[in-house]
Amino acid sequence: MMQRKLIVKNARIVDPASGRDAPGSLLVEDGRIASLSNSPAEPAPEGAEVVDAKGMLLAPGLVDMRVFVGEPGYEYRETLKSAGKAAAAGGVTTFVAMPDTDPVLDDIALVEFIARRARSEAAVNVRPSAALTRGLMGEEITEYGLLKQSGAVCLTDGKKSIQSSGVLRAAFTYAASFDMPVVHHTVDYGLRGQGVMNEGLFATTLGLKGIPREAETVPLARDLQLAALTGVRYHAAQISTATSADLVAAAKASNARVSAGASVNNLSLNELDVGSYRTFFKLSPPLRAEADRLAMVEALKNDILDTIHSAHDPQDSEGKRQPFADAKNGAIGLETLLAAALRLVHDGSVPLLTVLRAMTSRPAELLGLEAGRLVVGAPADFILVNLDYPWTYEESAIRSRSKNTPFEGARFTGKVMQTFVAGETVFTHA
Amino acid sequence: MATPDSDETVRTSAEPDSFPPFRHRHLLGISQLNPFEIVDLLDRAERMVPISRQPRKTLPTLSGKTQINLFFENSTRTLASFEIAGKRLGALVSNMSVKTSSVAKGETLIDTAATLNAMQPDVIVVRHGSSGAVELLSQKVGCSVINAGDGTHEHPTQALLDALTIRRHKGRLNGLTVAICGDIANSRVARSNLLLLGAMQARTRVVAPKSLLPAGIEQMASEVHTDMREGLKDADVVMMLRLQRERVSETMTPSVREYFHFFGLDEEKLSWAKPDALVMHPGPMNRGVEIDPGVADGPHSVITEQVEMGVAVRMAVLDALVANKANE
Repeated sequence: MMQRKLIVKNARIVDPASGRDAPGSLLVEDGRIASLSNSPAEPAPEGAEVVDAKGMLLAPGLVDMRVFVGEPGYEYRETLKSAGKAAAAGGVTTFVAMPDTDPVLDDIALVEFIARRARSEAAVNVRPSAALTRGLMGEEITEYGLLKQSGAVCLTDGKKSIQSSGVLRAAFTYAASFDMPVVHHTVDYGLRGQGVMNEGLFATTLGLKGIPREAETVPLARDLQLAALTGVRYHAAQISTATSADLVAAAKASNARVSAGASVNNLSLNELDVGSYRTFFKLSPPLRAEADRLAMVEALKNDILDTIHSAHDPQDSEGKRQPFADAKNGAIGLETLLAAALRLVHDGSVPLLTVLRAMTSRPAELLGLEAGRLVVGAPADFILVNLDYPWTYEESAIRSRSKNTPFEGARFTGKVMQTFVAGETVFTHA
Repeated sequence: MATPDSDETVRTSAEPDSFPPFRHRHLLGISQLNPFEIVDLLDRAERMVPISRQPRKTLPTLSGKTQINLFFENSTRTLASFEIAGKRLGALVSNMSVKTSSVAKGETLIDTAATLNAMQPDVIVVRHGSSGAVELLSQKVGCSVINAGDGTHEHPTQALLDALTIRRHKGRLNGLTVAICGDIANSRVARSNLLLLGAMQARTRVVAPKSLLPAGIEQMASEVHTDMREGLKDADVVMMLRLQRERVSETMTPSVREYFHFFGLDEEKLSWAKPDALVMHPGPMNRGVEIDPGVADGPHSVITEQVEMGVAVRMAVLDALVANKANE
């Protein structure tokens, strides 16, 4: 790359990792942060491109730990290229690609393929995960050491949940040897049964089978005990209930290698949003009761919840234009991750730095990524955000190949205005 | 009341002067109706009862209209009931049974909706195995849609015919104690009845083993019982639900023997209800599973009358939704 300089002046620079929140300028050289100054009007070096942030927020680019792409195998839903565009528009400069592809990312050749292809196709950094078990079948463990060497940043069975405690113990034990983070979405299939939404009065009224909270909390309690037993770096992929937060809090008291994430959907929506069988709100974990959502918000405030992700899961219209019980789970979310999370800031429930930390430095730290921070020498992945910008998310503006957003027509306050990856602009709000 | 045959060229509704226009385009569930609309439909149905009892059973208010009965689930009696109701009102009735594989269910639904819509029907009566499917279909067509049962969600005409049957015997709905017994969790009939009876100020009880009671049911019924003696005590109406045989093996109840022993309606259990209690069943019955054959055919039973009221209610609903309305 050519030697290149860029200075962003007149910005409110927020770095959640260091707690910095002050006016300043940021200088980029050769794709990396060369300096950070407290002077908003730092003179531009010779030959530097100048961006006037006009007081906007300058934050690290977001790190999204849970993104389903569709490549290879489901390109009609999303490609690395279209996901990259959506990510850039949402201010996500690094995302972890889930292994739920066809073929499954359970082999080093496939992990290398994704990493290589993403470099040429995607506008943002894409880090592949690798399957925790072969074919996501929950039976045989994969080659954790080799997968790590080939570029996988964590081990996960994606949407699948491993049912056998014995397999989990083996997986955790072996993963601990390579210090590979394990990210597990906990669902007890027997307790979930044929359930399609949160169990309770609302599901009963709609005549839909419910998913009890215990379908999440029972296997979560098991996982947390096995994490303590094996010493694995364990991340509860997406918790959604008040009891889950309590379980994680209790585990954290004695085990520093445990962490937890939640989808922004479970932080900003609840089961009533399902309304009249709206399949775009059919998610896993399901949208829960308002009390659960509030418990997630509390957990975020209290550092029990470490990360917020989009759970970006493109589904084509055929998968969603179905009776609720027959429709596919999942919603896209890369473009709305920040805006939806900012609702928690604007309604006064969570401080801005806490929300941003859960989407920048904290996930980067858990995965050992050089991302999510504004420090000299770090890659110049950052975003300019107008925190007060009012906008409406319209279907026509969706960059993802699939349009299954739960936020269609939603009004937001705060928008990513410009996204930089390695100092290059990958998105500018028109 | 005028005889139905006397002035069929001018009459377009059962009683044009006494009933205001029905303000809904579809009947998707009891939940969409307010108490006045429920009473209105029951009154309309009451006027339809004699039509089916007279020698020439016609009231051609749907003459020239097309009714399609689209059934994705097997049904004999509900299909026949809607067919006869439509034909007695003079509609051209076409029955479609759609065999579905579980995989392509929804695809078939939307595709079928588009296909049928192109045939310009005036009303489609739909039964589907998935909750919400009838509402989904109603969004894709330009005519009225009647829910003939969707998954475990609603079966509004069943609740209306049950209410009509009760009202004809008891003269009212409010203040009555109605015990709904059996597989509440998997019953659309129970949901629609709880909504209707609740709206009409009846006292509703559900009686079932806990494994057949859905979450939140205590907020839908006045009382929840797991003991038939308590549940039937002083009940004015005992409504038995069909136990789906396949659910017996699904850990919801261990055996037919045990189920019948504790929850099947026999003479002894019926004696716990009021002496003049009505025994009802939406059919088809599993004799010896949820109901003793003697009770099903006994003096308290109004089960066959329910079937007759079913035709009247469906005539009333078809008339309210379709007569005098242009196809949009």
